[in-house]
Amino acid sequence: MSNALEFTAEQSMILESAREFCRDQSPITQVRALLDSTSGFNRDVWQAMADLGWLGLAIPEKFGGAGMSIGSVVPLAESMGRAMLATPFFSTTLAAQALLRAGTVAQQEAWLPKLATGTIATVALADGGDWGVEDSQCLAQRAGDSLLLTGTKAYVPDVESATLILVQCQLDGQPALVLLENQGLRLDANTLLDQTKRAASLTLDAFQVADNALMDPGRTSAALRDIRLLGALLVAAESTGSTAACLDTVVDYLKTRKQFGQLIGSYQALKHPTVEMLNAMDAARSLIYHAGTVVDEGPLDRDAEIACRMAKAQASEALAFAGDRAVQFHGGMGFTYECDAQLYIRRAQHSQQLFGDPWHHRKRLGSLLLDDVG
Amino acid sequence: MNSAVETPSEQELNNFRKEVKAWLTANKPADPGFLLPQTFMEVGSDQQLDFLREWQHKLWSAGYLGMAWPREYGGQGVSAAFQLIADSEMRRVGVPIAFNVIGLGWAGPLILDRGSDADKEKYIKNILSAEDIWCQGFSEPDHGSDLGNVQTRAVRDGAEYVINGTKIWTTMGNYAKYMILLARTNSETPRKYDGLSFFLSPMDVAGIDPRPIQKLTGEYGFTETFFTDARIPASCLMGEEGEGWKIAMQTLQYERGAEAGAAGGLMQVRVVMDDVIASLRGVTRDGAPALEDPVLRDQLVQLLIEEKANSLSNRRANIPALTSDYPFSLNLSGKLRSSEFNRRMRQFAIAAQGGNGGLYVGDSSAIAGGFWQRAYLNNFATTIGGGTSQIQANIIGEHVLGLPK
Repeated sequence: MSNALEFTAEQSMILESAREFCRDQSPITQVRALLDSTSGFNRDVWQAMADLGWLGLAIPEKFGGAGMSIGSVVPLAESMGRAMLATPFFSTTLAAQALLRAGTVAQQEAWLPKLATGTIATVALADGGDWGVEDSQCLAQRAGDSLLLTGTKAYVPDVESATLILVQCQLDGQPALVLLENQGLRLDANTLLDQTKRAASLTLDAFQVADNALMDPGRTSAALRDIRLLGALLVAAESTGSTAACLDTVVDYLKTRKQFGQLIGSYQALKHPTVEMLNAMDAARSLIYHAGTVVDEGPLDRDAEIACRMAKAQASEALAFAGDRAVQFHGGMGFTYECDAQLYIRRAQHSQQLFGDPWHHRKRLGSLLLDDVG
Repeated sequence: MNSAVETPSEQELNNFRKEVKAWLTANKPADPGFLLPQTFMEVGSDQQLDFLREWQHKLWSAGYLGMAWPREYGGQGVSAAFQLIADSEMRRVGVPIAFNVIGLGWAGPLILDRGSDADKEKYIKNILSAEDIWCQGFSEPDHGSDLGNVQTRAVRDGAEYVINGTKIWTTMGNYAKYMILLARTNSETPRKYDGLSFFLSPMDVAGIDPRPIQKLTGEYGFTETFFTDARIPASCLMGEEGEGWKIAMQTLQYERGAEAGAAGGLMQVRVVMDDVIASLRGVTRDGAPALEDPVLRDQLVQLLIEEKANSLSNRRANIPALTSDYPFSLNLSGKLRSSEFNRRMRQFAIAAQGGNGGLYVGDSSAIAGGFWQRAYLNNFATTIGGGTSQIQANIIGEHVLGLPK
């Protein structure tokens, strides 16, 4: 089993500038100001991210990107999580990865340069709440030069802002990915526990697209598997950053709040679980950067699968623990909307299930680690 | 200490690795028929002592211990890179520990750094050969984790110091010839640390009485060591009076192994998750292999994630860009993370054995001779010794997170 963990000087620079950018562009007042907005993100910040080259970081140079590995996105995702900066970055990045892994040449040439410069895209994977179901009930049928799509995709992230949507459906009994442009679609916005995020369901009723919107069927199954693992990794990286932010919030409070004549951080009943938050975050951090080291252009191998699943399981647990304790440790204040602890616990419970919860991943790790040993 | 030593070529190191591996494979002792200590804190019988002494002597005679130490004192005088390779092969081949740990890892490097030529002549070679066993006298009964508070007194009287007090958790105190001793020569100093002094004390002295402590495993391995008007030569003082704290802290640096100046050799048998999984191969639950049980599998996977994260964290600790957030958190939490992980891992290994989990060393049906039961109980030495897990959490909370005392 691989224990690789490498971080180049170039990646260090990306991490440093990402952290600075996110801190500057996304102070907690700005995070709160966006909670009630329709899109959930700031277009100027999005454009600035595109201008910095973040959207093309893992897109090959021939399509206008920087040609780095998808693992190089980990420090960006972590930094965004750290500043609670929500944008359609994950959705667009995953869509680009899907296009790279299963798009036709024409589709790649048409879309990747756009995604690298700020056109928003997303991938509609799940039909419902069961992340363990890999095939879709959304059916594509051939009709001459067209495909007719019928079915529902659940809580598609950032879909209302997206120009391009990659829809997972079933064609001829096989998994398929179909490109849809966001025109004339029925979208019903979800009300999410994490108010920094946006998602909507997509309902298709014999929706017609040209058959050249179908991605390469021969590579689609492997690409879908990769996208689910990379999605898990990106959410894990974001959750790790958010755990660190949550920890900072708790530590600040423990250092300033007095009860019974003492700073509450001096009480070991609060101090020790806060150290547990740090240790859980540190474990997640080591796992996400390990996963960032071993993922590649795919299909992802066993080491990469183990790494992504471990990272997601650990990072989700860490944020759920930190968010939960953050509310509790703020006492009465923690029960209010005004207290920032709510941002973290809401994100924890929402992100936990995205791309599979810890149980989902540990079950699969059991097969990978306990059945193949030899 | 070895600044003049040449850096070996990759070719030399590769050849050496082959050589040491071949030697270890050929000379690995046969199973002695009794459980061997996994750490130097578990040497509880003469039988175990004789076995380990013979093994360390053999290892040293072959030239695989103290490789970076000077030739004139029994070392090989070569680069520490060789010792690191020898150590990694010892781990891989699974040979017994080099048990004279306080000598090899603490006293020896300290004497090489700060001792006189006469000290080096007198002590170093016999540390390597296991002729002289060393023990450590830092902790005291009334303040386990608070070394600055040491109360054992050393009073100068002519050419001698007179020692009075009690040390506890003296590893192999009943077998040791020498002790590195931290004692108070001055109780009037404004800072309690400044009144401490450091001694290389003989143990075979009237008034020093090491009494074995029976551990929760039922075995021995530590003593409580009583000093009653024990007179030791004044030449045993290392450095100056009042430098004891500084020297004690210096000895802790060597613990990190051959690179830091220690002699090398396996300090402990590493027990890993693969061992736990292997131990469950023959166990059934509900009539089916235990490793197919979904509840047990989830527990195993959680432990595997933790083991992997700990090992990756050791790597990440060396990447400055990935540690700038909470500097030193990984270094300061290392002991807490690994000792607590080991405790839970071992406890799990027993729990997963079903009915056999209730058997102990000595029962012929015990899985692996009761290895896991004993390993679990012995592991408390690591969650308690060297600062309990609770003290570690305070240190991390205060020094890494800046929480108030």
